[in-house]
Amino acid sequence: MEGTAVLERVTWRVAKVVAVHDETATARTLALTVRDWPGQIAGQHVDVRLTAPDGYSAVRSYSIASAPNSDGRIEITVERLPNGEVSPYLTKELLVGDDLELRGPIGGWFVWRRDQTEPVQLVAGGSGIVPLMAMIRSRASAGSFAPFRLLYSVREPGAVFYRDELQALSDQNNSVIVTYAYTRATPKDSPRPPGRIDAALIATGTWPSNVAPTSYVCGPTSFVERATDLLIAAGQDRERIRTERFGATGERK
Amino acid sequence: MAIISRGFSGRRSAADVKLPPGQYLTTDFPVLSAGPTPHISLDRWEFTIDDGSNVLKRWDWKSFRELPTETITVDIHCVTRWSKLGTSWEGVSLDVLLGDLKTDLPYAMFRSYGDYTTNLPLKDVINKQAWVAFKYNGADLEPEHGGPARLLVPHLYLWKSAKWVKGMTLMPHDKPGFWENLGYHIYGDPWKEQRYSNE
Amino acid sequence: MSASMNYLDGNAAAGELSKVFVVDITSAEGQCANCGAKKRFAEAHLYMQCPGLIARCPLCGHVLLRCSNIRGRVFLDLRGMTYLSVEAAPQEASN
Repeated sequence: MEGTAVLERVTWRVAKVVAVHDETATARTLALTVRDWPGQIAGQHVDVRLTAPDGYSAVRSYSIASAPNSDGRIEITVERLPNGEVSPYLTKELLVGDDLELRGPIGGWFVWRRDQTEPVQLVAGGSGIVPLMAMIRSRASAGSFAPFRLLYSVREPGAVFYRDELQALSDQNNSVIVTYAYTRATPKDSPRPPGRIDAALIATGTWPSNVAPTSYVCGPTSFVERATDLLIAAGQDRERIRTERFGATGERK
Repeated sequence: MAIISRGFSGRRSAADVKLPPGQYLTTDFPVLSAGPTPHISLDRWEFTIDDGSNVLKRWDWKSFRELPTETITVDIHCVTRWSKLGTSWEGVSLDVLLGDLKTDLPYAMFRSYGDYTTNLPLKDVINKQAWVAFKYNGADLEPEHGGPARLLVPHLYLWKSAKWVKGMTLMPHDKPGFWENLGYHIYGDPWKEQRYSNE
Repeated sequence: MSASMNYLDGNAAAGELSKVFVVDITSAEGQCANCGAKKRFAEAHLYMQCPGLIARCPLCGHVLLRCSNIRGRVFLDLRGMTYLSVEAAPQEASN
């Protein structure tokens, strides 16, 4: 069941951790059940609040990784940041059975709705893949035929989230076309040396401008600025590019 | 009502030292900013003192750096609750900048490159209480911490120590600056925990 | 990475602003009172590493919106926008 576009006033709810699994050496997906969850649209996020016994609290935003469903269950994928205050707790301390306070779903602009039929270009920088994966999963569970392409920039192969699932989705009929850009270290048989995305990769790895896709770009601020400039330089319409910036360190406060 | 997160304590560290109420000790130097870091070239930089109508004093970087300076070691307290002890700065005292200026205007609005402002009573920036600082820990003050020069008023919360300061406007009445008119205390004494305007 | 890329965007403010706005703020359209640019609030440059939340015009840098949360009381300054336009929340019919 997809959430409605108009937001109810968001209040803090208690969610329970029902499962955890590691996507990479530093990133973990948390599966949460939330009572009376109103449902979400792919691309929305939740704010998570941690409170210490003396009342000190910290709030961080995390994109919902899972497709909308009617189970009241959502997944978030958290990247552990070296100097993070919240991410080390969420990825190492939190246990199945623990409670977590969250508020959401939040956001109405950086979303993909299942009734959208136009071609879609997704561009992910690092942990920016999370809300885009929710869009990919939403498309799959809705049986949508909207043409989807993903350009996914990561440091090295071990940093890829959801690799097996993306592989399966790119192999099947009605596929999502996935192009990886490795910035520091590539797999052995990679046709391209390591490097940031550039005009050449945009030309081969994204929809050409005459397709006029709706584009979603997500990642650290500097990645989003660079990728957006490249898309516009390649002829994409600025008005059809939606962006979501994570902090320079990848952690949104 | 928030639930307590099992096993979470946050980034703070305990301290035996006396801190203002509600503060915790930090060993790093957090960068807080309401906008992009301005990059001011030294050949454009100036510091002016005006009274709202007339410029009373002006220095460019060269003349500013010819003024006598002091090296001071002070504790700084941010309203977001971190405190950093024993920070070392070099700067020009506001006593030197004001010099022999005579005024009966008791308040000042400090203005920064970018659009930041903060208000202070004049009596809180004289008598060795305030500096325009250009070095931190012996090195040139970095832009993200307010360089080329920032105001430093350690006896008040750090939002009063305007980064990228460019001047002060003397005023007859106290007027709230950038944070002071968004719910923060007009004066900001950390030892009286004057964080907010409804204290 | 440039040190000046220390901003997020309007999406990051949506949770905090949900205390004031009943409808989603990220798809709201606003006009900058300084340069006249009309943008979705999601595109604003958000500075949150300070004792409040500051949204700036992505074109000219002018402050569009300022927000602070003081012990549960929200202070909001919208002077930086000529207007803010949202799709109104549907009203329930009353019996």
